Amino acid sequence: MSMIFGVPLAVLWGQLLIGIINGAFYALLSLGLAVIFGLLKIINFAHGAMYMLGAMCTVLLFDYLGINYWVALFLAPVLVGLVGVVIEYFLLRRIAGQDHIYSLLLTFGVALMLQGVLTNFFGVSGLRYSMPDTFQGGMNLGFMFLPYYRAWVIVVALLVCFGTWFMIEKTKLGSYLRAGTEDAQLMQGFGINVPLLVSLTYGFGVMLAAFAGVLAAPIYSVTPVMGSHILIVVFAVVVIGGMGSIGGAIITGVLMGVVEGLTKTFYPPASSAVIFLVMVVVLLIRPTGLFGKEA
Amino acid sequence: MTQPVNQAEIHQAILEQQKADDRKRLMANGVLLLLLLVAPFLMYPVFLMKILCFALFAVAFNLLFGFTGLLSFGHAAFLAAGGYTTGYLLSNMPGLTTEVGILAGTLVATLLGLAFALISIRRQGIYFAMVTLALAQLVFFFFVQSEFTGGEDGMHGIPRGELFGLISLDNNLNMYYFVLTVFIACYFLVQRVVGSPFGQVLKAIKQNEPRAVSLGYKVDRYKVLAFVISAALAGLAGSMKSVVFQLASLNDAHWHMSGEVILMTLVGGMGTLLGPVVGATFVVNVEYQLSQGPLRDWVDPILGGVFVLTVLAFRSGIVGEIQKFMKKNLG
Amino acid sequence: MTMMKKLLTSAVASALMVGGAQAEISGDTVKIGYLADMSGTYRDLAGPNGLKAMEMAIADFGGKVKGAEIEVVSADDRNSPDVASSTVRRWVENEGVDMVGGLVASSVTIAATKILEENDKLGLVSGSAASSITNEHCTPNHIHYVYDTYALSIGTPTAIVQEGGKTWYILTADYAFGHAMEADVTRVVEANGGEIVGSIRHPFPTPDFSSFILQAQASGADVIALANAGADTTNAITTAAEFGVTQAGQTIAGLVVFLSDVHALGTEVAQGLQLTTGWYWDMNDETRAWADRFLEATGARPTMVHAGIYSSTMQYLKAVEATGSDDAQTVRKQMMETPINDMFAKNGRIREDGRMVHDMYLAQVKTPEESTGEWDLYDIVRTIPAEEAYRPLSESKCKLVNN
Repeated sequence: MSMIFGVPLAVLWGQLLIGIINGAFYALLSLGLAVIFGLLKIINFAHGAMYMLGAMCTVLLFDYLGINYWVALFLAPVLVGLVGVVIEYFLLRRIAGQDHIYSLLLTFGVALMLQGVLTNFFGVSGLRYSMPDTFQGGMNLGFMFLPYYRAWVIVVALLVCFGTWFMIEKTKLGSYLRAGTEDAQLMQGFGINVPLLVSLTYGFGVMLAAFAGVLAAPIYSVTPVMGSHILIVVFAVVVIGGMGSIGGAIITGVLMGVVEGLTKTFYPPASSAVIFLVMVVVLLIRPTGLFGKEA
Repeated sequence: MTQPVNQAEIHQAILEQQKADDRKRLMANGVLLLLLLVAPFLMYPVFLMKILCFALFAVAFNLLFGFTGLLSFGHAAFLAAGGYTTGYLLSNMPGLTTEVGILAGTLVATLLGLAFALISIRRQGIYFAMVTLALAQLVFFFFVQSEFTGGEDGMHGIPRGELFGLISLDNNLNMYYFVLTVFIACYFLVQRVVGSPFGQVLKAIKQNEPRAVSLGYKVDRYKVLAFVISAALAGLAGSMKSVVFQLASLNDAHWHMSGEVILMTLVGGMGTLLGPVVGATFVVNVEYQLSQGPLRDWVDPILGGVFVLTVLAFRSGIVGEIQKFMKKNLG
Repeated sequence: MTMMKKLLTSAVASALMVGGAQAEISGDTVKIGYLADMSGTYRDLAGPNGLKAMEMAIADFGGKVKGAEIEVVSADDRNSPDVASSTVRRWVENEGVDMVGGLVASSVTIAATKILEENDKLGLVSGSAASSITNEHCTPNHIHYVYDTYALSIGTPTAIVQEGGKTWYILTADYAFGHAMEADVTRVVEANGGEIVGSIRHPFPTPDFSSFILQAQASGADVIALANAGADTTNAITTAAEFGVTQAGQTIAGLVVFLSDVHALGTEVAQGLQLTTGWYWDMNDETRAWADRFLEATGARPTMVHAGIYSSTMQYLKAVEATGSDDAQTVRKQMMETPINDMFAKNGRIREDGRMVHDMYLAQVKTPEESTGEWDLYDIVRTIPAEEAYRPLSESKCKLVNN
């Protein structure tokens, strides 16, 4: 078997693929953050909590209402999106125009509240959620066994990412969105309801996080604290990509998944630190991230 | 300007106002000092010391955040670096007197602060916050990995030792007055820094950095210096804390700690001298009292609520709001 | 001050001893503190339900001991040794607390027991896993109940190696606890004629285990051992099921797995998993009877930690009654001299290092077909006798053991 740095090539292929799968998760999560920051200049520290809500929602919809995975895939993000709209309308709107830092602190507080309250109701051991029958099993790729579900994750996550990018960067709706958030007064003059646009944009960003949460439900342990760890990793991804760069968030997400995957192969203990290391290095070289516009 | 007023008169008025402010401040400080001196007879000394340590930590953080406008999301690294260094030295070098151990901890935090500053100082706003967060995560990673920190078990049984080799700090009162002395010294140091020409430049940077640059100030140097002082004081707080509690743990290095010091500063009133002290007292008390009472399962959501409420309604914090109120009602 | 206090209290104590007034309950109340993680990672292990278990013990005891009231105070340790140390200090120094129970995170337990030793009060540790608590961190002021890492890493590996699982691959949480487990497992596996073919140290916490599971799969080892805990363990087991590890013929050995974890995973994912436990609710009529009452009070089946909190509180109160004293050393001595025979343990005994040794059990998670209910999760496969389960005193580094 051919080896690279003492690692069999087959294993390496497997790790690369795993890296891309995790990267797809990162991409989805960081995309939501980038949309929210890029368009609204809100630093959403509640993003991890929204991811968690998406997963919790999926489990609870099934447990209490018998709603299956496929319906939850649409319903859970919509419900969490509504929560986002409420948060924007009642809280974030009140500090619009203030320093960005306040939005960070406010959403951090919201995340603490959501996590704490849910912990008291559902504990921390995790809620059980079965893999949908469609995805039982997997295929043998020769170099690794790929569960069908992971294949689904990679396809659907990247499709959603691409769709979002296309909508914001390439369609009329996207251009309204970008214009509306950049020059609210002008757009208001054109008869566009900017405050509504802002609420919906925040709701949409949050939906992306919740969507990632639904995807996570069958494969990760679903607990009220599942979002708190991933939050800062995803933030690191967004910063590396350049805050607010939509395409940057997607590409960097996948890239960081691969970097992390390779670290897990060559020096596993550092795999949680490597993204932060990359971030420090990237910012030293490019102050506004890989794809960020120069300030 | 709507009314033409004599320049000299304005100047005079400002001077008098300043004098009155100074008198008020002096009086407030005097009352506070008296309270602090008798406090250990009224309250639990170790708990008071905990408050003082966190108050110093928050004061240090505020020098950067409140007065210079730089939000560091990585100050836990300095607290922990100070604590672990001091703890390690005092545990493993029997002859070492406590103040040397504390100074060594402070020094390590200072150097770490310098490294952080040099890497992060050119980044603006949110990027600055994120770089400091990333660096602090790397430091956290180092502490988790290192044998000497005891990993998640923590470092325990740190001897309090003797101050100058003379005064036993095992006595809680001795320890308290030592911590109090250090705290007051640092508080006045920060007061001096803020009031000095150097502090004025920091404020100018906070208000309008490009203008400060155009006025010819080497902005980066000022920022680095502010960062290093802040890190040193945070490290000092951590060092003292490890001596007071006789332990150092990963909790101090976790990013939640960096979040907590932001909360303290914000609640107390950023950009005011006394704010972080009040904020630390408030947060430490709330957290502690709640964790003991019937609401003990609800500490996190309540702290989260305090965050939200402060940002929405009391952005100037407790001290800031009181100052506003006094200005409005008492002239 | 503490030194002075110690001298003073011991002076007073000896004066009283001479006077023959040793047996006394201070303040005419026995005050018990319950300190545990009520809101964080370890909440479901002990947490609010552990307090219920403690209160059940006190109620069953009759609410009074030798005419003295039994009072309980409780606090959330927030998994922070700072908070734990201030809380315990205030409890014992200002509020007359005689005994502190619960105690989960190792950093919290070590911090708390140091304070208890300084003030000569008693700690009954039920939640912690670290075996260092009765080894290098032992004190004459605490007892470690229920289980420890040493006991957990003996049972499962021994059984599996003997059943033919010779080659092992270990996934280790990269911190002190994981390292200790890895060392213990390695020793046990090799002593039984098995072989460690590889190991990976993964960061704590790790949300996604697929990469590590893939590497463990590629190693071709018979057994993949998980030297981690909590969400890391459940995530690793979920991922292993997803990647068809067991179907491909590899065995998963969980080293630190609690009932609450298996309950969260469900039998579909966790079936066949072998683990060591100190207690299981469905072992006999006695355990079932108690577990039914616990279920009624809390809505959940008890973990071994909950049962241990009940048992240790009961033993403590019995000792207070027998001696008529709430002095830590008197009570501890009495507890050491009395074998423990209750729904939690048979012939359990407390050694001089503070380790409560009792039989441990090797359990296997049932298949969905075998399981008759939400909490019907384990088959007890074999009993690991107390003498084999815990670290022998001859290997102890505890200062209380003469080696």
